[in-house]
Amino acid sequence: MSLARSLSSVVRALRSPKGGISGAWLVLVVLGAIFAGVLTPFDYDVQDLPGAFVAPSATHWLGTDEFGRDLLTRILYGARTSLSVSSIAIGLSVFTGMVLGAAAGYLGGAFDRAVTIFVDLTWSFPEILVALILVAIIGPGITGTMAAIGVAYLAQFTRLTRAQIMAIRSETYIEAARSVGASGSFILFRHLLPNALAPVLVAAMLATGDAIILEATLGFFGLGAQPPTPSWGAMMSSGSALLFKAPWIIIFPGLAVAVTVIAVNLFGDALIHALDIKTRLREV
Amino acid sequence: MLDYILRRVLLLVPVFLAVSVIIFLILHLIPGDPVDNLLRVGSNAEARARIEAKYGLDRPLVVQYGIWLANLVQGDLGSSIITRRPVSTMIAQVLPNSLMLGGFALLFSTIFGVIFGVIAATWRDRWPDQMLMGGVLLGSTLPSFWLGLLLILTFSVQLGWFPVSGARGWESLVLPVLTIGLGGMALVARVTRVAMVEAAGRDFVLLLHAKGLSPTHIRLRHVLRHAMIPVVTILALRIGWVLGGAVTVEYVFARPGLGLTLIKALAQHDYPVVQACLLMLAIAVMLGTLLGDILQALMDPRVRSALT
Repeated sequence: MSLARSLSSVVRALRSPKGGISGAWLVLVVLGAIFAGVLTPFDYDVQDLPGAFVAPSATHWLGTDEFGRDLLTRILYGARTSLSVSSIAIGLSVFTGMVLGAAAGYLGGAFDRAVTIFVDLTWSFPEILVALILVAIIGPGITGTMAAIGVAYLAQFTRLTRAQIMAIRSETYIEAARSVGASGSFILFRHLLPNALAPVLVAAMLATGDAIILEATLGFFGLGAQPPTPSWGAMMSSGSALLFKAPWIIIFPGLAVAVTVIAVNLFGDALIHALDIKTRLREV
Repeated sequence: MLDYILRRVLLLVPVFLAVSVIIFLILHLIPGDPVDNLLRVGSNAEARARIEAKYGLDRPLVVQYGIWLANLVQGDLGSSIITRRPVSTMIAQVLPNSLMLGGFALLFSTIFGVIFGVIAATWRDRWPDQMLMGGVLLGSTLPSFWLGLLLILTFSVQLGWFPVSGARGWESLVLPVLTIGLGGMALVARVTRVAMVEAAGRDFVLLLHAKGLSPTHIRLRHVLRHAMIPVVTILALRIGWVLGGAVTVEYVFARPGLGLTLIKALAQHDYPVVQACLLMLAIAVMLGTLLGDILQALMDPRVRSALT
C-alpha cells in the first residue's frame, strides 16, 4: 500500500459523515492535548484549596477537583498522557507483532510453532489480566502501563499479520515474483508486508480505542501515571470517593474517554469501508 | 464424548504449567531480592532464614519452582505479607463472591443479549434494529468502571435504590451485575443478530416456509436454535472477559472478591497474594473456556458426530 493510496483512503474515510464527525473529534482532542498550555489560563498541578469542589461555572467550565485544580485543564493535559501512552503502546505492539507474525508466517517450522504457542496462550486471557501480570512485574507507572498494554495486544497483531502473510503467500503474483528470481526478503518486504498492512492498521486503530480504556482502567486502579501527572483514569480514581460531593470529577473525564473511544471506533469503521477490507478482516 | 472431554482436560495441563511458570517468575522478575519481597520491612534474620528454607530460595530456580508448585497443589499458597494470614483462607473467603458476580453477569448477558439479538434480527434494518445496535455500540465502548460509577451516581446516590458498595444481600449484586452484564450483552446481541440473519437464509428454512409453518415458529424453534451455536462459541471465548470485567467492577463497588484483593495487593506489593489471585483468575479463565468448549460439543450434532 503506497503512501498516496493510504492517504487517499483516509481522505475517503473522512468524507463519509461517520468518519468526518469522528475524525473531527479526534483532531480536536489531539490539538487540545498538544496546545493544552496555550488553551487554558490554569496550571494542571497548582493547588487552590479554597477553590476546591467548585461546580462547573463561567470561570471553571467543567468545575474544579478536590485540590481546586481546573478540571478542563486537567482533562486537556490528561489527553496527553492517555493518548500518548495508548498510541505508543499500540505502535510498539503493532511493530513487534508484525515482525513476529511475518517471521512466523514466512519462515514456518519450529519458529512458527513457538510463536503460535505464545499467541494461543495469551489469546485466551483477557487483556486486563495480561496487563496486570505485567504491572505486577514492572511496577505501577507510565512505563509499566505502556508495557502492559503493548504485551496485552501483541497476540492480536501477531495472529493477524501471520494469517495475512499465510493467505497472500500462495497468491499467483508471489509465485510469479519467485519464478523471476526475486529473493525471499525482497518478496517479504516488497509484496507480502505491504499487502498485509491495511488490515493490521485498521485493527491497530480499533485496538487504540480499547487501549485508551485499558490505560484509563489501570489509571483508575492507581497503577498508571502517578500523581500529579494527570491522566483520565487517575482523575476518576480520586473522584470516585467524592461521588456525593462533586460528581463532575468523574463525569467529565469519563465522557472524554467514552467519546474519544467511540470516535476511534467509528473512524476505524469508516476506514474499513474506505479500504474495502471488511471481507479480508473477517477471514481471520 | 468422554474421550473428547478427557483430551480437552489434558490439553489444559501444559497451559496451566506455562501460566504457573510466568506467575511464579513474577517474584524473581521484580527488582530486589525475593526474600525481601516476601517479608515485611525490618524483619529479623530468623524470619529471613525461615522464608529462605521454606521456598528453597538458595537452590536453583527450577527446584524453587518445583517446591512452589508442590505447595500450590497441596493448597499452600503462602501467607500474606501485610495481614500475615494464609493466602488460601483469604482466597476461599472472597472466591464465592467473585464466582457469584461472574455467574450472574454471564446469565444476564446471555439472556438479554439473545432476546435483543432476536428482536434486532427480526426487524433487521428497521428502527428497533438500528436503535438496539446503536445501544450495543455504546455499551461495548464505554469503560466499564465509568459505567459502574454512573450507575452508582444514578441509582445509589440520586435514587437510593441500591447500596453504593459492599457485598451484603441481593441488592448489592444488582448494579455490579448490570455493569459487567451490559458489555457482555452487547456482544451476545451482536453475534445473535448476525447468526440469526445468516441462518435465516439457509435452505432448511426455505423448506420450513414451504411446509407452511408460521414465521414466528420457524424463527424461534429452528433459526434461533441454529444461531445459538456461534453464540456459545463466542461466550466460551469471552468468558475470561467476564472475569476481567469482574476485577474492575469489584474495585469500583468495593466488593470483596478476587479482583479487589488483587488490586489492593498490587498496590501494597503483597506478592504472595498477587500471585495467588492471578493464578486463580487464570484457572477460572481456563475452566470457563473448557466448559464452553464442552457445551459447544454437546450442543452441535455435527461436532458430536465428528468426535465419535
